[in-house]
Amino acid sequence: MTIISGKKREKIDRLAELAAREEERGVSLWQDAFRRLRRNPAAIVGAVILAIFVLVAVVGPFFVPYGPTDTIGIREGVVRVGQGLIPGHSAEHWLGYDHQGRDVFSRMIVGARQTLLVGVVATLIGLAIGALIGGVAGAAAGLGGRWGRWVDTVLMRFIDMLLAMPSLLLAVSIAALLGPSLTTVMIAVGMVSVPVFARLLRGSMIAQSNSDYVLAATSLGVRKSKIALAHVLPNSLAPVIVQATLTLATAIIEAAALSFLGLGNPDSATPEWGVMLADAQQWIGIRPALAIYPAVAIIITALGFTLLGEAMREALDPKLRK
Amino acid sequence: MALLDVEELSVTFARRGQRTVRAVDGVSFSVDAGEVVGLVGESGCGKSVTSLAIMGLLPKQPGLQVAGKAVFDGTDLLQLDDRSRRDIRGRDVAMIFQDPLSSLNPVVPIGIQVTEVLTRHRGMRGETAAKEAAQLLDRVGIPDPKRRLKEYPHQLSGGMRQRALIAMAVACQPRLLIADEPTTALDVTIQAQILELLKELVRDSGTALVMITHDLGVVAGMCDTINVLYGGRVVETARRRPLFRQPRHPYTVGLLGSVPRLDAGRGERLNPIPGSVRDLLPWPDGCAFAPRCARRVDACVGEPPELVLTHDGRSYRCVNPAPVPGLTPGEEVREVVPGQATPGSVPAQAVPADPPAVPGLAAAPSEEETP
Repeated sequence: MTIISGKKREKIDRLAELAAREEERGVSLWQDAFRRLRRNPAAIVGAVILAIFVLVAVVGPFFVPYGPTDTIGIREGVVRVGQGLIPGHSAEHWLGYDHQGRDVFSRMIVGARQTLLVGVVATLIGLAIGALIGGVAGAAAGLGGRWGRWVDTVLMRFIDMLLAMPSLLLAVSIAALLGPSLTTVMIAVGMVSVPVFARLLRGSMIAQSNSDYVLAATSLGVRKSKIALAHVLPNSLAPVIVQATLTLATAIIEAAALSFLGLGNPDSATPEWGVMLADAQQWIGIRPALAIYPAVAIIITALGFTLLGEAMREALDPKLRK
Repeated sequence: MALLDVEELSVTFARRGQRTVRAVDGVSFSVDAGEVVGLVGESGCGKSVTSLAIMGLLPKQPGLQVAGKAVFDGTDLLQLDDRSRRDIRGRDVAMIFQDPLSSLNPVVPIGIQVTEVLTRHRGMRGETAAKEAAQLLDRVGIPDPKRRLKEYPHQLSGGMRQRALIAMAVACQPRLLIADEPTTALDVTIQAQILELLKELVRDSGTALVMITHDLGVVAGMCDTINVLYGGRVVETARRRPLFRQPRHPYTVGLLGSVPRLDAGRGERLNPIPGSVRDLLPWPDGCAFAPRCARRVDACVGEPPELVLTHDGRSYRCVNPAPVPGLTPGEEVREVVPGQATPGSVPAQAVPADPPAVPGLAAAPSEEETP
């Protein structure tokens, strides 16, 4: 027997205390996932980007130095498009003027709010419709009998039809049907992501329906509807939530693409990054920076969502759990 | 009349392009109230399919065929429609599964999962349900039940999880409990505790228990009557003591012989049954065990062996059973039932009070060893 030195004993005691405290703390699946997220540098980078983006989008418009529609450059005579004169950054105008003499910095910040709105609303539309269809199909296929399989087949063939159309084409046709506006962009982008959510939730629910706890609940006489809602659904949500985060990124890009194609908000009073990008292409020879600012903003925001989404996927995947 | 009478239960799975599998092939046994009945056999002999068929839990798929009867208290469980079956499940008949971790929903706290059963069958809600759930956890030996109710399955140890599952199963005081290898996923000390708990529940509430296991130690410690299954049929039925003392069917003999013994000499080899469970003969062509049997005779092949009922209330399905010393072969035979017919159940006898006299099973938990 060796005698443990006082210092070592202290250390062991401390570790034991730490371990005890760790155990004491109730850890749910989500708390556990959150703890792992905090340890992942990619998640932190993504979260910081998103935090800045959301902050700018929410409070930024209250602090912009100039009105986003104020054609100040033309009024002051600094911007003369006919002569190819669009001044770049200066102390007063950090990102310079655009072709109508408006302050680009102010427009970028106000545009952030529109971009966030489009991304979030479009994703929510896709999530709501997709989860509804996929959830019903998944529950019917996994737990219902022959009748359930029939429901599943009908719903999923509809989803397959949506999926068969190229997403941008689908969005363009929806936008064309409803007329160009910001709402149209949201609906169009949302509809494009419906099949993804539907298939994901359905697959996940069918997989969960074969698990032992569903069998155990069935053996206790729990009703099928209760099993679907209280047992299968909560266990199937993790991939859907991850997908929602990733969809936010593509929604922003797709919304920008639709705006770029001229299907977005025709009213330039409310700037949006995609519209700004579209407007800039005419002047790309004179001042390429006008296109670069919104493009970089879109890329960084999408990157933030993607980083966080991927990190969440890792954190929530039980197979990657140690 | 017995509480549960399973008669000629057979389950076949047919798949297009594949051979039809007869997982359970005419299994018959009965369970009396307050009795512990064991279904024993190696993997693939149809133990679990039998239990799932009785509960109506086999996945509904084309090609699945369940025939026979499972009469529980006068009603045939196999003929019930879905609704009345759901009403019976959990209230009158409940099941305990093998893997407690995967049988509990990982994202729902234990408390909600326990109260769910109470709400479903006993109409309890809110405070009353929570109180009852805490009492149930307390009854199955989970300390600090109020706190445990709020915890998630992964925060409990394996033994605790199985206790929680048992609490859910006994929440409505079912009259029949089916335990499908309830201790396989647990280590030996926990295993003994869980078995003790089950025994206690059976003793206190008069619940009948069907114990499905491949562990002869568990059987020796728990069961009153034992049915040995092979190839989807019951090949031997006997009360616990006579079965361990004097196994008749060569498969039972082989099973008992292959148990590692504590008193075996060093370097002594295990004594397995040759071959594997896949080497079976279809029952109509003779005895399914014949290809692996040490006592095989010509009569084994050709037609299915008859079920032999003996004067001392046992039954076996063998043409050349292990001999009993001091008994001329054939003397003990009371009745012979042709191969395809229903084997009778063993008549209820006084439960043997002492543990079976099998020296190799010393590690098994028995009444004397556990306080």
